[in-house]
Amino acid sequence: MLSAPVKTIRMALTGNDAGAEAMRQIDPDVAAVFPITPQTELMHAFAAFVANGKVSTELVTVESEHSAMSATVGASAAGARAMTATSANGLALMWEIVYIAASLRLPIVMPVINRALSGPINIHCDHSDMMGCRDSGWIQIYSENSQEEYDNIIQAVRIAEHPDVLLPVMVGSDGFIISHAMEVVDIYPDEDVKKFVGDYNPKYGLLTGKDPMTVGPLDLQDYYMEHKRQQAEAMKNARKVILEVGKEFGSKFGRTYGYFDTYKLEDAEYGMVAIGSTAGTAKVTVDRMREKGEKVGLLKLRVFRPFPGAELVHALKHLKGLTVLDRSDSFGAEGGPLFNELRASFNEETHKPLIRNFIYGLGGRDINLEDLENLFRKTMDMVKTGEGAGSSQYYGARGDE
Amino acid sequence: MPTLKEMSHRPERLTGGHRLCAGCGASIAVRQVLQGTTEDVVVGCATGCLEVATTIYPFTAWKTPFIHNAFENSAATISGVESAFRTLQRKGKIPMSKDVKFVAWGGDGGTYDIGIQSLSGALERGHNMVYVCYDNEAYMNTGIQRSSATPLCASTNTAPAGSCSVGKAQFRKDLTMVVAAHHIPYAAQASIGFWNDLVKKAEKAFAVEGPAFLLVLAPCPRGWGFPNDKAVEIGKLAVDTCFWPLYEVENGVFRLTRKVPDAKKKPVEEWLRSQTRFSHLFKPGCEGWVEKIQKHTDEEWARYLEMDGKKIF
Amino acid sequence: MSLKTWKEIPIGGLILEAGNAESYKTGDWRSQRPIVDHEKCINCLTCWIVCPDSSVIVKDEKMIGYDYDHCKGCGICANECPVKCITMKPESDFR
Repeated sequence: MLSAPVKTIRMALTGNDAGAEAMRQIDPDVAAVFPITPQTELMHAFAAFVANGKVSTELVTVESEHSAMSATVGASAAGARAMTATSANGLALMWEIVYIAASLRLPIVMPVINRALSGPINIHCDHSDMMGCRDSGWIQIYSENSQEEYDNIIQAVRIAEHPDVLLPVMVGSDGFIISHAMEVVDIYPDEDVKKFVGDYNPKYGLLTGKDPMTVGPLDLQDYYMEHKRQQAEAMKNARKVILEVGKEFGSKFGRTYGYFDTYKLEDAEYGMVAIGSTAGTAKVTVDRMREKGEKVGLLKLRVFRPFPGAELVHALKHLKGLTVLDRSDSFGAEGGPLFNELRASFNEETHKPLIRNFIYGLGGRDINLEDLENLFRKTMDMVKTGEGAGSSQYYGARGDE
Repeated sequence: MPTLKEMSHRPERLTGGHRLCAGCGASIAVRQVLQGTTEDVVVGCATGCLEVATTIYPFTAWKTPFIHNAFENSAATISGVESAFRTLQRKGKIPMSKDVKFVAWGGDGGTYDIGIQSLSGALERGHNMVYVCYDNEAYMNTGIQRSSATPLCASTNTAPAGSCSVGKAQFRKDLTMVVAAHHIPYAAQASIGFWNDLVKKAEKAFAVEGPAFLLVLAPCPRGWGFPNDKAVEIGKLAVDTCFWPLYEVENGVFRLTRKVPDAKKKPVEEWLRSQTRFSHLFKPGCEGWVEKIQKHTDEEWARYLEMDGKKIF
Repeated sequence: MSLKTWKEIPIGGLILEAGNAESYKTGDWRSQRPIVDHEKCINCLTCWIVCPDSSVIVKDEKMIGYDYDHCKGCGICANECPVKCITMKPESDFR
């Protein structure tokens, strides 16, 4: 039980409700809403807050996700705090504007309730949606559970709006597994959250600026690269800001956040890296295996963009064997995105673990305690025999064994 | 309605130094439409000739706040700006006394076709904004490709006239009626050939509470094939041949704002002969098309005369 | 105009000087230029309202001339002038 400096209210909430609660307390100036399973109920809950005067948000009931992000961009460029939420194909539909939001340096915060990209159409959890956007210039933060979703959305506002950053942030949480499951969540007092996110007074705004400005000009070959270089710099600055905000959040609300969490990893010989709810399951597996004397540990990655390569290497390099779990594939790449980026971070290290990759859980395919123990055993086998080192395989698709 | 002399005192909102073609109808449309209000305006614009040529980094020809987002979402983007305005006023960050007009621009590409969803959504939601489509009857910025605004038989690069093609095989989409069917307070069709009619309509559009729509014919010397000095003249000819009726739908009541008397009505052939995009119609093998277009124009005109003064929505 | 570095320009592609396109002289596009006969001109200001480039200069409600820094020589003003007091002359006469 954490000792929170503020008086928390313990509530039983679904992930979507927790997300809506965070939005209620943030009280954005403008929010755009368009449904897509499994995000839908998050904005339903928020729309009810709007309808009952619990927030002062202007809710724009747009006719597609492309327009959701377009209207959010318009509102943010105007100088207002603007948010929207989506999943999977909704994110895919707004993909064009997602890139534009980042290039316009708009501090939009968007919960993404992670769901598989079509096709075939599938409404269940995997990370292909947010992973598909990893080049877009958005900061990407993943949540393990409802508490983290709630906490991450609140922190995201501060990260995004930081003058050294000014980049949009997507906060992922697993579709259905978290969004629709009831968990215990500590909700902080409205006043404290309001104070933490602060008032939004942007330097630039179509409506709030002193002088008229032009947003979104045409760049020719002579300036596009410089504008992109600025985005890269902002991402670099975000590394520090994410930690600062996570630390401040901890001092105010009792839970400190960084790039990742480790669980029984320091003295582990065999490790697993995972993103999202699977990390929660894996912690139980770690406990069970530790009871049997197995030296296993877990790293739960929270921040994927910017990618904390150096810090990950520092936390993982002592391991003999490491399994990276990817809940999405990059077809044709030799492994999933997390595996490839982590593996690349290890490239210059002389002392590094053997690493292998499993693509799992696509389209909501379940992964349970036995599966995770199985994967730890495969990690041990890899260290013992070298089998599978550097490889990427699908785990759980019928027909492979 | 101010006189030209009165208007001449107002500051220009679009400067010279933009890179639209010499004789372009689009910037004429902008200058005339923006005379419809003296309030501050925030301009949104879809990707296209107007946006690209007026905002080549690091230059902007706009003296107003201006936002370009993408090709198909000018209406959705301005919906967001307008929504922000309302919230910021409610929160006291912008004084309640301040009046700002929101105007979203798009070419026929960004309005009739790829932008129609975004436009329809914004109209349906009832945002307090004006949407202006500068209609040059094709995707001009990308090099003259057919849009649903392209008239029948016009030759474009994706529907060129050829030995087995007469050019565009469909009549143009009647967008103003589609918009009017959204039951918005004001929708109108105008032409840069008649600045007086256009400015009057712009005034009404800006004054209205809720969404207003202006479809402005903006002839394009490059894409239509006529000399640089003729855009306004062609804009008049379009109206005088009844190819482009000038009308408004105000609270559902349809009204022709220029009833071309039969005696003054010019044959559509004159309109077609004035532009090289129709020149194939006057070569052997294309017989009958001019008549077909005249018949269609006559039928449409008769329909509009019948509707004149009636509540249609 | 020397190109600026990424550290020198505003973020997000923002252009903060409204109307700075005025410093871009499209006047050198011209192959012909409008010349107005002020004697015949009735100051109806039709030329002013039809100019695509905001290049007709009106002062105290009188048409006093052209902004030749920006006028592209399209000839619309000459074509629309109701008293035909504007003539298009070859630009080479003036350079």
